[in-house]
Amino acid sequence: MNALVERPPLAPERRRRLIATLRGLLPADALLSADEALRPYECDGLSAYRSRPLAVALPHSIAETQAVLRACHAAGIPVVARGSGTGLSGGAYPLSDGVLLSLARMKSILSIDLENRSARVQPGVRNLAISEAVAPYGLYYAPDPSSQIACSIGGNVAENSGGVHCLKYGLTTHNLLKLEVLLADGERVTIGADALDAAGYDLLALMTGSEGLLGVVVEVTVKLLPKPESARVVMAAFDSVEACGAAVGDVIGAGIIPAGMEMMDKPAMGAAEDFLHCGYPVGSEAMVLVELDGLPEEVEDGIRRVEAVMRARGATDVRVSRNEAERANFWAGRKNAFPAVGRISPDYYCIDGTIPRGQLPHVLGRMRELSTHYRQRIANVFHAGDGNLHPLILYDANQPGEMERTEALALDILKLCVDVGGTITGEHGVGIEKINAMCHQFTSAEIEQFHAVKHAFDPAETLNPGKAIPTLHRCAEFGALHVHHGQLPHPELPRF
Amino acid sequence: MTDANLTDSLRDRVQTAAGQGTALVICGSGSKAFLTGTAADETVDMTRHAGIVHYAPQELVLTVRAGTHLRDVEALLAEHGQMLAFEPPHYGPQATVGGTLAAGLSGPRRASAGAARDFVLGLRILNGRGEVLRFGGETIKNVAGYDVSRLMVGAFGTLGVLLDASFKVLPKPAQECTRVQDAPDAGAALKRLRETVLKPWPLSASAWLDGRLYLRLSGAAPAVAQAARALGGETLADDATFWRDLREQQFAFFTDPRPLWRLAVAPAATLLPETLVAPADRLMEWDGALRWVHSTAPAATLFAAAQARGGHATLWRNAPAGTPRRLQLPPALATLHQRLKAAFDPHGILNRGAFHPEP
Ligand SMILES: Cc1cc2nc3c(=O)[nH]c(=O)nc-3n(C[C@H](O)[C@H](O)[C@H](O)COP(=O)(O)OP(=O)(O)OC[C@H]3O[C@@H](n4cnc5c(N)ncnc54)[C@H](O)[C@@H]3O)c2cc1C
Repeated sequence: MNALVERPPLAPERRRRLIATLRGLLPADALLSADEALRPYECDGLSAYRSRPLAVALPHSIAETQAVLRACHAAGIPVVARGSGTGLSGGAYPLSDGVLLSLARMKSILSIDLENRSARVQPGVRNLAISEAVAPYGLYYAPDPSSQIACSIGGNVAENSGGVHCLKYGLTTHNLLKLEVLLADGERVTIGADALDAAGYDLLALMTGSEGLLGVVVEVTVKLLPKPESARVVMAAFDSVEACGAAVGDVIGAGIIPAGMEMMDKPAMGAAEDFLHCGYPVGSEAMVLVELDGLPEEVEDGIRRVEAVMRARGATDVRVSRNEAERANFWAGRKNAFPAVGRISPDYYCIDGTIPRGQLPHVLGRMRELSTHYRQRIANVFHAGDGNLHPLILYDANQPGEMERTEALALDILKLCVDVGGTITGEHGVGIEKINAMCHQFTSAEIEQFHAVKHAFDPAETLNPGKAIPTLHRCAEFGALHVHHGQLPHPELPRF
Repeated sequence: MTDANLTDSLRDRVQTAAGQGTALVICGSGSKAFLTGTAADETVDMTRHAGIVHYAPQELVLTVRAGTHLRDVEALLAEHGQMLAFEPPHYGPQATVGGTLAAGLSGPRRASAGAARDFVLGLRILNGRGEVLRFGGETIKNVAGYDVSRLMVGAFGTLGVLLDASFKVLPKPAQECTRVQDAPDAGAALKRLRETVLKPWPLSASAWLDGRLYLRLSGAAPAVAQAARALGGETLADDATFWRDLREQQFAFFTDPRPLWRLAVAPAATLLPETLVAPADRLMEWDGALRWVHSTAPAATLFAAAQARGGHATLWRNAPAGTPRRLQLPPALATLHQRLKAAFDPHGILNRGAFHPEP
């Protein structure tokens, strides 16, 4: 954290001129500039950081979006795209000298193509709304972030969001066909195709997860999948987190790829149980949910094998969902783990590090030591199948020092993830939040290469500037403190 | 199996070439050289930069050097009951991992499992300045920085020399079974495919050729059995050979000396009219999304036909002299390609002319 993007203020005269220009381009309801009206847009899901943009544009169409981009580009004004503002890394944090471009009004499902199993939607469409719209045809859109009732598909593309089913069905990047994108100067490009590959470089992959720095996504064609006929969940309890982690490895080792495999530790389970009473084994140290889907006989067969794996690792309690209601109930606590933890602590801070799964016991052990050292409690939820940790650090921002200790603890956890061969972010993005941690994960040459990519798309650097990729000076300031594998990072830069 | 890390000498080669402006051709075994035309001063042989760096079956992760033979990788994975799920075409016994990724080719399992790029977790590369860079890693999820690794897949080595690649690998399906049905008419076969892909069956590959529709099911034994019953048709004996020969383009259809076009289109797109392609000159894969045709129609006609069907056409084999293999990209995209190329390879030394933008 502590990575605010400091920007020089804009002269009042330029601001007035910009707003007058935008007023001429947009219908009255599509531009907010009064101080009160800007307030809801001060932050995204990383709400500890707030700032007011110059104005908020809420275009209804590609043409209006294009007009905003052209005007801002001509005036050298930064533009920050925003979907639903559920991002957890400050990607949609507004810049005080920039325009916040909300895509929330572009929320139509433009077409559903059953024959090609795809849907073409506007960027502001909510993730869940896609699956709801195609459910009558027995289809669904696979990536299912826990925020799916609120988050937008445009935001999902920008963050390459995952969900609890991505071990089997992939992330956003695996479930897209085509994007309509506006570049910083408003130029429109089609990326990807209705076919399974497109001519030229794989810009679809590059655009996915680019956090609004390379272009504004104004239309998305997603792949749809047939809904599995049957899905059931095994819930297994363990008296140690290590045994639970080992059981997860055994499932994969047995050649099973579950639709979802999620772990929770005791504090997280307790919070979820208090909130939703889903029957979690709160007396145990850890539990894992393993969902299998497919044809009914296949699911039965898989369930038996998973149960056997769990028992062989010493599970103290193994339960299997008997119907849809029970399956939903088993998931409810996991899907609501964040708000549940929000009830037991005034504030919490969600970490998104990802590790090779075999490192789990080591990382959890080390995390306990760090938690003691910094005197902040941690509750763990964990996309166990793919090694994506979500430690939730509990803190109270009103207690002096707690916020600072939380940030220091968070950074240590991220560095731990990198040091065991993992990454600082599995699905929530870098934004402003992990920009310092980027210096720990990448060398100067790699960071320069990222900037060169940015430059290829947005030479004037007006799209979401200052986010996602740190400047080398920032890394030098920050990195001077950290020595990685005995080497000073970014050695070519002057130290201050 | 070769086990050697030549990163340092490869880096020196590229740095020297960058300094002198020497054009380099990055070469594996050359099995996919027929796909590109290049103009080069020097060849960089990647085949000795080979070996398994790390394999963790329980993590579903494999990291190998680019010069490693694909067949060695597949043999190692098979020992552990695993596979590269994109079922890559080899196009030659010595095919390397680097060439496979640079060409970005995927085999019969593409439509159901995903493409080469979908299974790449991370890459170590040399850019055109001779800097060793690592993007992505060995974790299944990773969104730190732009997804440069996937950008490299299918870029034909024009953006960087691939050094090592990390893959997500998958367990081999417990059971596979291929059903064959008579389907003399390609249009009717396409229609049947549309109905099939809407069913929640474990379909892992499909092909239509010579009036027959081949449907492969992969997965847990009960699921395969259940779906096979529902599909009808006959079981194909030795189906592994069939899918391998299809993947490797060994059928007579592919060895025909006439120009062979590859059309990637929306899976349900209409067939090309018979005025462009005779019925016997068609073969379909990927549930209809990949169509191979022999046609002597002008390139512009085929480019336009593929575009009208939501995709693009490539002249794959037997290109007549002077015929463009690929359609020029639209201007805005072409500009982006040129700028990206310059961002990774400012001196323009890597596989010059191998891919978009055409020289
Ligand atoms: C309770 C909770 C649970 C969550 N669970 C998950 C989870 O399980 N998995 C997961 O991956 N994430 C999760 N998230 C994070 C978040 O929901 C995702 O990152 C989501 O994709 C953000 O979508 P959004 O529409 O809210 O985007 P925003 O927050 O508005 O924006 C996110 C980023 O995308 C950019 N952006 C938005 N729209 C566009 C566009 N049209 N074109 C270009 N750039 C754009 C913004 O500039 C910003 O950088 C969770 C968040 C919360 C609050």
